[in-house]
Amino acid sequence: MKVGIPRAFLYYKYHYLWESFLEELGIEYVVSPYTNREIYQQGTIYAIDEACLSSKIYLGHVASLLGKCDYILVPRVFGFGEDGSVCTKFQAIYDVVNNTFRNQKIKILYYNINPKETANEFRSFLKMGKFLGKKKAQITRAYLIAKQNQKVNQLMDMKRQESLLEKDGMKILLVGHPYNVYDRYIGDPIIQYLKSLEVTPIIADLCDKKAAREASFQVSETLPWAFNRELVGAIEIYRKKIDGIILMSSFPCGPDSLVNEIILRRIKGIPILNLVLDGQDGSAGLETRLESFIDIIKIKRDEKDED
Amino acid sequence: MKTKEPCRVAFPRFGNYHIPLEFLFTKGLGVEYITPPPSTKKTLEIGSKYSPDYVCSPFKFNLGNYIEAIEAGANTLVQTGGTCRLGYYGELHEQILKDLGYDVKFVNMSKANYRNPLTFYNEFKKVNPNLNLAKVSSALLTMLKMVECIDNVDDYVRQNVGFEVHDGEMEKIHEAYLEALKQVETKKDVIKTTKTYMKKLKDVKTKKPKKLIRVGIVGEYYTIMEPFSNHFIEKELAKKGIVIYRWMNVTNSILHYDGKEQKKVIKNYVKYYMGATSMSTVYKTLEWAKAGFDGIVHVKSFGCTPEIDAMPVLQKISADYKIPILYFSFDSQTSETGIQTRLEAFYDMIMMRKEKRK
Repeated sequence: MKVGIPRAFLYYKYHYLWESFLEELGIEYVVSPYTNREIYQQGTIYAIDEACLSSKIYLGHVASLLGKCDYILVPRVFGFGEDGSVCTKFQAIYDVVNNTFRNQKIKILYYNINPKETANEFRSFLKMGKFLGKKKAQITRAYLIAKQNQKVNQLMDMKRQESLLEKDGMKILLVGHPYNVYDRYIGDPIIQYLKSLEVTPIIADLCDKKAAREASFQVSETLPWAFNRELVGAIEIYRKKIDGIILMSSFPCGPDSLVNEIILRRIKGIPILNLVLDGQDGSAGLETRLESFIDIIKIKRDEKDED
Repeated sequence: MKTKEPCRVAFPRFGNYHIPLEFLFTKGLGVEYITPPPSTKKTLEIGSKYSPDYVCSPFKFNLGNYIEAIEAGANTLVQTGGTCRLGYYGELHEQILKDLGYDVKFVNMSKANYRNPLTFYNEFKKVNPNLNLAKVSSALLTMLKMVECIDNVDDYVRQNVGFEVHDGEMEKIHEAYLEALKQVETKKDVIKTTKTYMKKLKDVKTKKPKKLIRVGIVGEYYTIMEPFSNHFIEKELAKKGIVIYRWMNVTNSILHYDGKEQKKVIKNYVKYYMGATSMSTVYKTLEWAKAGFDGIVHVKSFGCTPEIDAMPVLQKISADYKIPILYFSFDSQTSETGIQTRLEAFYDMIMMRKEKRK
């Protein structure tokens, strides 16, 4: 049996966990390729027109896996209880995929996170492992190893970033969902361009999640979404060490439409660029905006140095 | 806000529910209630001007309503919580109004915890510190009855207004009914008034053809219930001699909501709760498809994620039951002619199918 993993959405939050879980269970898997033009276009064909760019890309990845594996992994998340809720997209994605690809007779491997129904991660993985025909002891062991692997790797990513924060030179905090920031088609070009300008990009999503969620309350009291809390909190935690902030959202992201506005209205004393990614061709406009944003920060810095 | 100033409360426009809300605030909480002026193009313009670009349009309407209500004298604004973006409306509305320099009190129900009713009480206490719990609960009961009655009358009008012999009769009675409701004092009054006007409505002469065209309307909470935001789509459809069915109202979606039953009915299409009103949208579409309705109209504000996610499911139901579904997405730029043209085409298609089936 072979499992297909779409390289989109929650992949960027959980790939260490998923990959090592399947490896430990001895199950073959394939991850869809980096987002490219074709995947994006496939996504726009399958998705509802006004769905967000990230969900179009997700469906494109699912489509690219059809016929290449036996099951496609599509997890479903209701929310994280006290840590916050999620965009309804993550609540609906299992059924969206199932209905969208019904004619292609898609087979889905899934798990469900819903603290309200005591569907915590371990229990859900247990169920998924049983579906894959494995024994309880084996699944438990695989889960614990995978969890450990995820922790270690995330910690290493975090430490690596912390060392970047101590570096000299300009540092810009990228505030965006990891499935947008790391996506090769929409987010990564921005990272690469910043690097070409000798700017160090700092990724908000790599910040310590728990600390970030706590810090987010200093910015917003009623913010419902856990993922956005983690990003907003990262601004609070990193703001003294960075020179500017770039908000990266996919059009028309529901949570970001409100949260970015709160950030723009409440985070003062640091330059912020609000980028809305729509998947359209042509990087010229984007590069001009990034370049002038960096120039403005440089000018301000030089003025400060002269004082 | 000067603390000594008496509270003048306002809540955004939402169908005809400003009438029960006014009752709850004046009779139950003992404060003045300012009904925001009806939503207009201007309301949406003001709201859009100060809102983030691609936020859903109910946010913009609400903001416009707040500003117009403040201009009409309101000094205390209320926002609810919700399970989609609505859950974060309040904090941003409050911030935007503050940045605009409005000096108002903002009561945000998102701060209350649904598992603990006392937190709601605490929020209401911000409106009136001398709150009388007995009075509030009695007014609440009357208010809920009022909501139910308004929804019932609404249903009757929706299903019959297209067939009246003399145009405009029902609308007149309906308006008079809503005016009369503003004068009631007790739950008994509500029931009595409703009976009186229901009788008047039933006395209106109608002429129904033998074969009725039945169209069900489904969609996102605000857009489906606030007629201005959906360009009075029900009225437009009714005018063509169609019986309009709408399940979505406060009575069905809050007071008598049965999520488990919905999930059971749609289990062949949907496994998990998909957010906000999407489950009800799928549920009613499926029920009406099974009942042999002639068509479904799906309405939502642009970018409404839960309703976007319901659409692939609706497309499957449409294919399985061979029922046409017309999809509308409204934003601040929607053109009137575009809507008319699409409604015409939809109507023509339904009629052609009806002819064929004969």
